[in-house]
Amino acid sequence: MSDRDDNFGFHHREGQATGEHVRLTPEQEKARKRRNVYIAWGLVAFMVAVFLITVVRLSQNIAGAAG
Amino acid sequence: MLDTLTQTGVTHAEGGAVSTASPRDFFDLMKPRVMTLVVFTAFSGLVAAPVDMDPFLAFMSILCVAMGAGAAGALNMAYDADIDATMKRTRKRPVPRGAVSVSNAYGFGVVAAVLSVLLMALSSNYLAAGLLAFSIFFYSVIYTMILKRSTPQNIVIGGAAGAFPPMIGWVAATGEVSLDAVILFMIIFLWTPPHSWALALYKSGDYAAAGVPMMPVAKGPKSTRLQILLYSIVMVVFAGAPVLTGLGGLVYAATSLGGGALFMLLAWRVFASRAGEAGSAEEGELYAVRAGDKAARDLFAYSIGYLAALFAALIAEHGLGAYFAVPGVTG
Repeated sequence: MSDRDDNFGFHHREGQATGEHVRLTPEQEKARKRRNVYIAWGLVAFMVAVFLITVVRLSQNIAGAAG
Repeated sequence: MLDTLTQTGVTHAEGGAVSTASPRDFFDLMKPRVMTLVVFTAFSGLVAAPVDMDPFLAFMSILCVAMGAGAAGALNMAYDADIDATMKRTRKRPVPRGAVSVSNAYGFGVVAAVLSVLLMALSSNYLAAGLLAFSIFFYSVIYTMILKRSTPQNIVIGGAAGAFPPMIGWVAATGEVSLDAVILFMIIFLWTPPHSWALALYKSGDYAAAGVPMMPVAKGPKSTRLQILLYSIVMVVFAGAPVLTGLGGLVYAATSLGGGALFMLLAWRVFASRAGEAGSAEEGELYAVRAGDKAARDLFAYSIGYLAALFAALIAEHGLGAYFAVPGVTG
């Protein structure tokens, strides 16, 4: 597969352009799935971080107001 | 920039391309080696600050500094892809290698920058978040996009970006910029020129090929060696400032004195050598060096250990209870 598929004017390296869709190679599919999993974990980590920070700061403020 | 990339034989998975980039490629975009020293100095600033911080919030603040530094690194690699593709030392980075596209690198950098500043504001205070945002902006826009390609003073001014982490750590804990925070900033600011120019001396062929006006390329190796010596004197003297304010105790004073003496010795060796004057046949690895350039390589390698030792001394004194006041200093 060449770098450019001139039939569709579609620049790609390995995936095959079919007009509307790109058929991914197994390697590309695997890489995309791995990236998606990491992005998902990143989002979960972000939500957990915001939640924990909020809890810690709230408890600090409550302790400060009480003391 | 993309035209240049094509000329250098680099192809990118742009437009409708589907990437095969792995998470590791994106991690490499964040310049993990640089990030290590950034995290260490930020942690040192946070520990040395005279205010105790909740351990979890402190951890999150340091994580934000790491993420912000990584974001700046990714934006730098996105913009400098053409230069990186030319230089032996950097041509294996994810963008010139073709593993990550320029647009993906920009996207990753912007998202990481926004998240790091947001989390910093939540976990510490707005001033620390503002400083983090400014340091990312300074490195990726002022240094990378403006200074780096236009002036041999690029790393002198741009060095400010790398000097922010201990100040950010300090401000995260205290909420204010004090004299000690400025001193920590200044130590790294003054350390950057001799550190970077030592590397530039033994990699001058690389920089010349890429058209980056680093000091050895623009002003020649002799002038660079002199400036390394002068900056080293100022930096080593200034590194004693924390002792005068009481921030540094005996451990820091001893580290600064002993480490500074060795720094001066190595800087003198560079000054007396002919480093940077050989041909441009250097190898691609960071520490690979031609015979005549060993003095510069030694100074470059040692300067990293020296800075780490200074900040490790502050951590030992303020975090591990090893602080013993220097006699006669009231702080």
